[in-house]
Amino acid sequence: MSDLRYEAPGTLDAAVAMLADEKGDARVMAGGTDVLVQIHENMIEPNLVIDIKNIPELTGISEENGGWRVGAATIGMEIVEHEGFSAAWPGIVDSVKLIGSIQVKGRASIGGNLCNASPGADSVPAIIAAGATATIFGPDGERQVPVEDIAIAPGKTSLAKGEIVVSFFFPERPPHSGGAYLRFTPRTEMDIAVVGVGIDLTLDDGSICQAARVSLGAVAARALLVDEAAAALIGTSVDADALSVLAAAASAACKPIDDKRGTKDFRIKVAGVLARRTALIALERAKQS
Amino acid sequence: MAIDDTKEAIQDDEDHGPQKDASTRIDYSEDSDLAFDPERKLKVVGTNPIKPDGVDKVTGRAKFGADTHLPGTLVGKVLRSPHAHAIIKSIDTSEAEKVPGVKAVVTRDDFPDIAPGPMKDISVICMAREKVFYDGHQVAAVAATSERIAKKALQLIKVEYEVLPHVIDVMDAVKPDAPILHENLRTKGIEDAPDTPTNIIQRAEWAMGDVEKGFADADLIVEREFDTKPMHQGYIEPQGCVANCTEDGQIELWCCTQAHFVYRSRLAAILEMDISKIRVTVSELGGGFGGKTMFYCEPLAIVMSRKANRPVKMVMTRSEVFRATGPVAGTYSRVKIGVKKDGKFTAAECEAYFQTGPFTGSAFANAPQAIFTRYDLENVRAWGFEVASNRPKVNAFRAPCVPQIVFGVEGVVDEIARKLKIDPIDLRLKNAAVEGYKTIYGDTFGPVGFVETLEAAKAHPHYKSKVGPNQGRGIGCGFWFNRGGETTASLNITPDGSVNLMLGNPDVAGSRGSISMMAAEELGISVDKVRPIIGDTSSLGYNHSTVGSRVTFSAGMAIVQSARAAIRVLCQRAAIMWDVPEDNVVFEDGYVRPASANVGDFEPLSIADIAKKAGETGGAIAGHAEINAKGAGPGFGVHIADVGVDKETGLVNILRYTVVEDAGKAIHPLQVEGQFQGGAVQGIGWALNEEYIYNTDGRMENPGFLDYRVPVCSDVPMIDTVIIEVPNPRHPYGLRGVGEVPVVPTLATVANAVGDAIGTRPRSLPMSPPKILKLIEQVEETGADEAYA
Amino acid sequence: MARNHVTTTVNGDEYEFLCDAEQTLLDCLRDELFLTGTKEGCASGDCGACNVMLDGRLVCSCLVLGVEADGKSMETIEGMAHGEELHPLQKKFLELNGLQCGICTPGILIAAKALLDRNPDPTETEIRYWLAGNLCRCTGYDKVVRSVQAAAEEIRKD
Repeated sequence: MSDLRYEAPGTLDAAVAMLADEKGDARVMAGGTDVLVQIHENMIEPNLVIDIKNIPELTGISEENGGWRVGAATIGMEIVEHEGFSAAWPGIVDSVKLIGSIQVKGRASIGGNLCNASPGADSVPAIIAAGATATIFGPDGERQVPVEDIAIAPGKTSLAKGEIVVSFFFPERPPHSGGAYLRFTPRTEMDIAVVGVGIDLTLDDGSICQAARVSLGAVAARALLVDEAAAALIGTSVDADALSVLAAAASAACKPIDDKRGTKDFRIKVAGVLARRTALIALERAKQS
Repeated sequence: MAIDDTKEAIQDDEDHGPQKDASTRIDYSEDSDLAFDPERKLKVVGTNPIKPDGVDKVTGRAKFGADTHLPGTLVGKVLRSPHAHAIIKSIDTSEAEKVPGVKAVVTRDDFPDIAPGPMKDISVICMAREKVFYDGHQVAAVAATSERIAKKALQLIKVEYEVLPHVIDVMDAVKPDAPILHENLRTKGIEDAPDTPTNIIQRAEWAMGDVEKGFADADLIVEREFDTKPMHQGYIEPQGCVANCTEDGQIELWCCTQAHFVYRSRLAAILEMDISKIRVTVSELGGGFGGKTMFYCEPLAIVMSRKANRPVKMVMTRSEVFRATGPVAGTYSRVKIGVKKDGKFTAAECEAYFQTGPFTGSAFANAPQAIFTRYDLENVRAWGFEVASNRPKVNAFRAPCVPQIVFGVEGVVDEIARKLKIDPIDLRLKNAAVEGYKTIYGDTFGPVGFVETLEAAKAHPHYKSKVGPNQGRGIGCGFWFNRGGETTASLNITPDGSVNLMLGNPDVAGSRGSISMMAAEELGISVDKVRPIIGDTSSLGYNHSTVGSRVTFSAGMAIVQSARAAIRVLCQRAAIMWDVPEDNVVFEDGYVRPASANVGDFEPLSIADIAKKAGETGGAIAGHAEINAKGAGPGFGVHIADVGVDKETGLVNILRYTVVEDAGKAIHPLQVEGQFQGGAVQGIGWALNEEYIYNTDGRMENPGFLDYRVPVCSDVPMIDTVIIEVPNPRHPYGLRGVGEVPVVPTLATVANAVGDAIGTRPRSLPMSPPKILKLIEQVEETGADEAYA
Repeated sequence: MARNHVTTTVNGDEYEFLCDAEQTLLDCLRDELFLTGTKEGCASGDCGACNVMLDGRLVCSCLVLGVEADGKSMETIEGMAHGEELHPLQKKFLELNGLQCGICTPGILIAAKALLDRNPDPTETEIRYWLAGNLCRCTGYDKVVRSVQAAAEEIRKD
């Protein structure tokens, strides 16, 4: 076991080069709230930690083409405190608020939350529901990937060796759009989600839902984008009947396991309950926007 | 009374539960001068001064177990078994020893083989011998110049295991085909115990009256079964110590513990050395709750320090604390109570099983003696089984082994109240024990406050308020013996009249402050003139541990005696200064005065005046006491809880919680309230979410605060408290211990509230959402339980 | 292998220390700088006993590497009082018995100060949710919250 080294490159090119050159196991680290815990608990034994927080493209929140660009290593508290982003994407901010404690949010990032690829990560269903795109940079240059395609299994992403998630783009929102995120945990805070639901929907000028995205977390090997659940809302006024169909579709989409945080049955049931509740909040926000 | 003679042995081994009758050399009777005087006007006791250790704790100066550092200290790390049950076939440390920077390596070969018994069990817990008994059991240790090197060296130690089948759950461990931990274990306390290997270590029973007749006389009998999962005390500070051995075999140990004198004795026993050569200094304690009455790394640090001739520091990680310290027993129980239709109990019975880990010493005997004790019952029979399984050896928690059985008892009482349509507090009032009640463990109650706590609960605005839809209310109550015990202390008056106290009991929550208040009250001085120190084991005679809610009572008693001894000396010295006979002076309110005008025209002398002249009048002025305090008064608590239940998810929220408890006399009321509130919230966590989750290999899956779910700040509301004061006549200040009673009723109180909300009373802990949701669905299908409709 | 050299500011004073890459800021504060007021309860960011302010942000020092502190500025519990003058939070915790064993207290005080510095009049709910990352096993949180409320009131008066 050789000793751990730490590097903090100042440019993307330098970071990618370090990743490529490292013969041993190199880990990219943003806030460190997952990586450092895993090192401490001997779940991973990297030879090199590459701290990407000094790379300008990795941090910051700015408007872009009517939408928003958020650096992948931007800390959670900055997202929570950003008035403009919070007004545009309250559902995402709901989810970020639930990542750990205030202290954890003082370091944690949505890039880290996504790339750690825990099925229960809180911000992931919300950014999937938002239709966000990740900008990725690697040895072969830059590419854009829908965020739902990043995590593929617990602890595994679709990133190729040497690639880094640089930033997220949240598209311009049509009027009458709203989003929400709810999760089930036994305590009020500090737990990993037993079930997480992110819903984003857009109403037409009347009150009929014309677009929707529904994402479930902690009920499969990765967060799911559930087309059947979205279909339950589209073309409806999100009334009680539509919500029943939504709940059933959400429950049906679950492929959960029994683990220390919840049982299969419980997750399937609660996914339906939460889907209904999340949709109502998203609907309320859509009506007000 | 006691059915069989193993009980004597149980109570000898354990630090808790009712106190055996001890020497009566000191008179603690209600006539003695140590008795409570209700006429006495108090100036300090009953106020809320800032505690003496407070400033250090809010500035970060206070030194806890991991905060000691000596030059040249090595870092010690432990190699632990990854298996729940296995034979150790061989250990090869040769590669580890070669690593540069490694200064000592220890295994079972470095610990003496001592005779079978409790000390041998302790030695095996600290260093496995032929077998490992749980995931995390200590197998070897390394001391090195850095943590990095120590961890590297651990990885190079080769241990060959033969993995054996394991068993965790208490009721799995008693099955005939269960994997056996000790082939030669036969159950004690059973007549004609079968001569086959078993995991049942012992059975103990307490009984009085005639339960058969009592049940025959009953108009209604309710009998229910309950189970509770194992949990952990959850103290925030992991164990930490520094050991320093000198070349002439003296040992200095700094550690966080509730029991430094007990540690010293046990270390001497397992290391086969003189007690006097070991000096244990106790740091501030970051929570113990009974869990820090037993050491784990300390002997390893000592032996490695001896080998390396350098101090060795060992601090446990959070994962090690959960996996390998002394958690709390999981249980199964069957409770049966008979009652007449007017609500008078006629008989009570309980059979309970307690999971102890690999060895005896769970304090399970507390349960039969405590679980019904508060009710005016003549016919009681309660027995318990202590069962071995592949978990770490359990330690005490507040009121060891009792809350998890009261969870059942108060559930049965609740059901009886509902079935008879009697108000739950009225039912308990109808059956409340009062002064003169002869308990199942042999003591007769003096003045006790159970009735007063019930009446105060009934009159409380919380009880009078209404609950809303999807909400429920629960009542629960409990009892704890409280203890006195071996205690020493000394009080020294310094040359300027300010006072130092030397105390021998680690202070978990403010006892040193309360004891200082009693000293100040006795001496008639301001409490900020009194400075207490918790002394190391070389500074005082033997002190029993900080357990059993005993310290404020016992050390308070010892300091009162010390103060009164010092006052006698002050009087003698004043008499010398005035050249009058000793009985011509009196002490009042901090001054020595002439006993009457006839004695002479002398200005009263303050303590400072007399202390200034101490050298001339005979030397330093002090008082000390070495006692086995008796007369600790039992405590009673009544809790009221309101919960809200999300019927679609099974989530339970605590909406409102009130603790009513008799403190005898609250020396420092804010501290007493704090004990009530802290105990209540620990119980809430235990009731709702806390449990050990094991995988099929017998490894704990949640050894961290992420998935071992203690309550966080946003999980609970303010906790209302009512301090009842029915003074204990056998203490100068009338106080009763308050540390343990607050946890006893909580599990039952929360469960009774959930039952009220959902229509069926949960009988399994913790009441996690999936389990509650299942009960809700059951009620939807088959209707509410008759009593809960 | 050579250790990393770090220069950092703690409570207004400049410090230098050497550390291994895997040592957390918590390890370095306690084992290299001997500032033991900051405590380890879990080393996984769940208990808050290790809280410090890092460049103005409330963080768990067990979730920051020591090397990351290079060039940065932090506040620990040792810097909360000014000479003999305790911070109102420290005073109120003492007066109202907001601490029992005291192991969680440094972390809670740092966290509470971070709250009151940005929100001088928090509701009980806001206090409870802000402090959700600070575990206390002794107090049941009641007097912790009351102490924060009392300190907030005292600070608002000044």
